[in-house]
Amino acid sequence: MTDTILVASRKGLLTLDAWSGALEDIAFRADPVSAVLDDPRDGCRYAALKLGHFGVKLHRRDPDGAWKEVAVPVLPKGDAEDAPSLEMIWTMETGGADQPGTLWAGTLPAALFRSDDRGESWQIVESLWDLPERPKWFGGGYDHAGIHSLLVDPRDPDRLTIGISCGGIWRSADAGRSWRVAGKGLVADYMPPEQKEDPNIQDPHRLHASAADPDVVWCQHHNGIFRSADGGDSFERLHAPVSSFGFAVVADPNDPGTAWFAPAEKDERRIPVEQRFIVNRARQGGKAWDSFDEGLPQPPAFDLVYRHAMDISHDGSLIAMGSTTGSLWLGEEGGSRWRQLSANLPPIAQVAFGKV
Amino acid sequence: MADIHFTPQLERFLACPPATVEGETVAGVLHRLFDDRPRLKSYILDDQDRLRRHVAVFVNGRPLKDRIRLSDKVGPRDRIDVLQALSGG
Repeated sequence: MTDTILVASRKGLLTLDAWSGALEDIAFRADPVSAVLDDPRDGCRYAALKLGHFGVKLHRRDPDGAWKEVAVPVLPKGDAEDAPSLEMIWTMETGGADQPGTLWAGTLPAALFRSDDRGESWQIVESLWDLPERPKWFGGGYDHAGIHSLLVDPRDPDRLTIGISCGGIWRSADAGRSWRVAGKGLVADYMPPEQKEDPNIQDPHRLHASAADPDVVWCQHHNGIFRSADGGDSFERLHAPVSSFGFAVVADPNDPGTAWFAPAEKDERRIPVEQRFIVNRARQGGKAWDSFDEGLPQPPAFDLVYRHAMDISHDGSLIAMGSTTGSLWLGEEGGSRWRQLSANLPPIAQVAFGKV
Repeated sequence: MADIHFTPQLERFLACPPATVEGETVAGVLHRLFDDRPRLKSYILDDQDRLRRHVAVFVNGRPLKDRIRLSDKVGPRDRIDVLQALSGG
């Protein structure tokens, strides 16, 4: 429900009242939570843990309120002594409305997993893991590439679009049986000149499709902001005021021309520009922009919003946003006014409006 | 065969009573134990069946030599301790 905000934090899964910021519940107290997912199809909630000593774990809360540890994705056995092991569940999504119990998980290292039994078992999507292009992917901030964005087309849940840092944008039209690289028009300034437009090494920090038009995909990329009108196949580069660098983006569910961003200075200085924290809003597909600071911290602020730490309510009336320095805000009136709900939370990986 | 004991920190997540288990190597002992306690495996070993990076295993007080294959020999009345490394924040 929109009345609650879930915060996946370094020190547990927090549930807060969206209006007062009152802390209603702490699950997995003091344990790092990397991702949370509510499934409105059956009322279940999922929390992915990244335990410092004991690895990645996944828990499901059934509608009766009890948490239960379920299976966790496992990477295939490799021959090399340094063959990878799962480091993090970075994002989870529900399958289609007509696929109850089907879940997708994007992980670090970059693999896609599917469950058809509410997380009781997971199967790796081998067609993606076996791509000949995969060895060219590389980590952006981590040792390995990772999948952080999963778009399931609400018109046809077999149509998937994934975002990989740094492995570009890949699309499947057959529920993951085959893949093609997308993201034409993305530009990677961190690569040698002849490879800047190689779609296979792009670093899309976050993808978000508009519920108003799922073919409109907004991309906060390592080197700027891009917008696609064809489902992610091709992108147009946009230029935001103050800074086009950042991690998070949310698209307006009512208007495919509108999206919000939380800019930072640049890739090698991941702090607000002049320590003044703002939110940018694109309108008219990025032809017009607004910068908002009402209710947001004034200098000196060092808040950084990670890629999953911004969410918009189903009706588009509210935006929740959390920072790595433990601040949580609620945005109203199109993100033009913000209210601080807390300044004392742990570092925030994800915020999400409750849906169950 | 060896006696195996676990850090109490694991008790936060699942029951870990000490056990006496057949096996000629640490890997043999652990995998036999995991047959009875399947949830425990992912807490101790990674996806490649190596010892997790921040888990420490001692055999009779000596650190495990082979953290990849866990091939260190164990005999009757040997003691295996599964502990957590000091890390985190």
